[in-house]
Amino acid sequence: MTGNQSPHPGAGEPEITGEHGMTRRQLMRHTAWFGAAVVLTVAGGEVISHVAGDSAPAAAADSTTALRFVQVSDSHLGFKGPANLDVAATFGAAINQVNSLGFEPDFVMHSGDITHLTLASEFGQAKEMMADIKTPRVFTVPGEHDTINDRGRMYRQFFGAGTLGDGWFSFDTAGVHFISLVNTTSLDALGHLGQDQLDFVRRDVAGLSSETPIVLFSHIPLYAMYPQWGWGTSDAVTLLGMLRRFGSVTALNGHVHQVFTKTEGNVTFYSAAPTCYPLPEPGQAPAPLPVTLPAGELTSALGIRTVSFQAGTTGLALTDQRLT
Amino acid sequence: MPSTAPATALAVKPVAGNAITIRDFAFGPRVVSVKPGTTVHWSNRDSEAHTVTSDTGAFNSPVLQPGAGYSFTFTKPGTYAYHCTIHPFMTGKVVVS
Repeated sequence: MTGNQSPHPGAGEPEITGEHGMTRRQLMRHTAWFGAAVVLTVAGGEVISHVAGDSAPAAAADSTTALRFVQVSDSHLGFKGPANLDVAATFGAAINQVNSLGFEPDFVMHSGDITHLTLASEFGQAKEMMADIKTPRVFTVPGEHDTINDRGRMYRQFFGAGTLGDGWFSFDTAGVHFISLVNTTSLDALGHLGQDQLDFVRRDVAGLSSETPIVLFSHIPLYAMYPQWGWGTSDAVTLLGMLRRFGSVTALNGHVHQVFTKTEGNVTFYSAAPTCYPLPEPGQAPAPLPVTLPAGELTSALGIRTVSFQAGTTGLALTDQRLT
Repeated sequence: MPSTAPATALAVKPVAGNAITIRDFAFGPRVVSVKPGTTVHWSNRDSEAHTVTSDTGAFNSPVLQPGAGYSFTFTKPGTYAYHCTIHPFMTGKVVVS
């Protein structure tokens, strides 16, 4: 990889399993172990987190959660169309919302389709905007809009530092093992991981205890959400087979531009809201084309996601927030 | 190498002709049949950019902005499946026989 810069070059670097400059150390310097329980309630269709014993919604900074991070997705910088007349503005609003959570997330993950057409100008704009996120580290995985016709070469020039292969990597923090996957650089009608990446995962998890919580990041879902629209990954079954011995596997993806949850065995899948525009629900339109909402309603379909993990537990708690 | 599998997955009867239009996130006709040596032309009449990319690497267009086109000459018999890499649910086939 060449020409890579951390979005926060002055910050301490997390340690990633990678061949391009980082070793597997962990984000420990960026994580703090707190103590209070976070509980989740559902209000108005949204999951809202609260600190236990506190009646106020919580994004409180004095939480005792071991790890908190944010997922943002599908910003499509460069898109021009009626579904969103200013994707930079909505991405900027998402960043402002992250910066207004009331705590600094341990890291922020952008789960792909950062750009719309894989252009250097779009990546440059994204990198500049992400530098404003108040977090020690921004991670990314590429979407198919970030890897058009170049197998991710341009993407990796901007966001590939410390990654392997087409941009995959793993890291550990707060006792959680994170694996960021690339399933957009060799896709056909579905996402595809490929043998090299599957071999990487096999080696990567070989030494882990089965009690280790696993979190997967990918752009395209790792489950067959709606294969007719390409919403699935052709070799995900092989991947998930390698992870069957783990008690808790959480898979976070973008691509489908809507919040969706599904549990299969030991794996729970969560699709994230976009920051750009919604897509139809599976099968509810002839094709997954951008949906143009009535004026003033766009942000209700956009959002960010906060994920927290408590020491001594294996599950993660997710909070999806609409963009405000 | 082109696929030799029949186009049953698409369940679409091939249409004779060498002109394919991209409109509303779809290739139309979705399956065309041509004779060896025919040049097939794709025209992007959509509001979005697309690609015309062989599933097996036989051909690959650049990003086709709205109004742009792409041509490829098929010299060998076979069934050539392709898709748009930006919108992989967009698929089509060229049957050369």
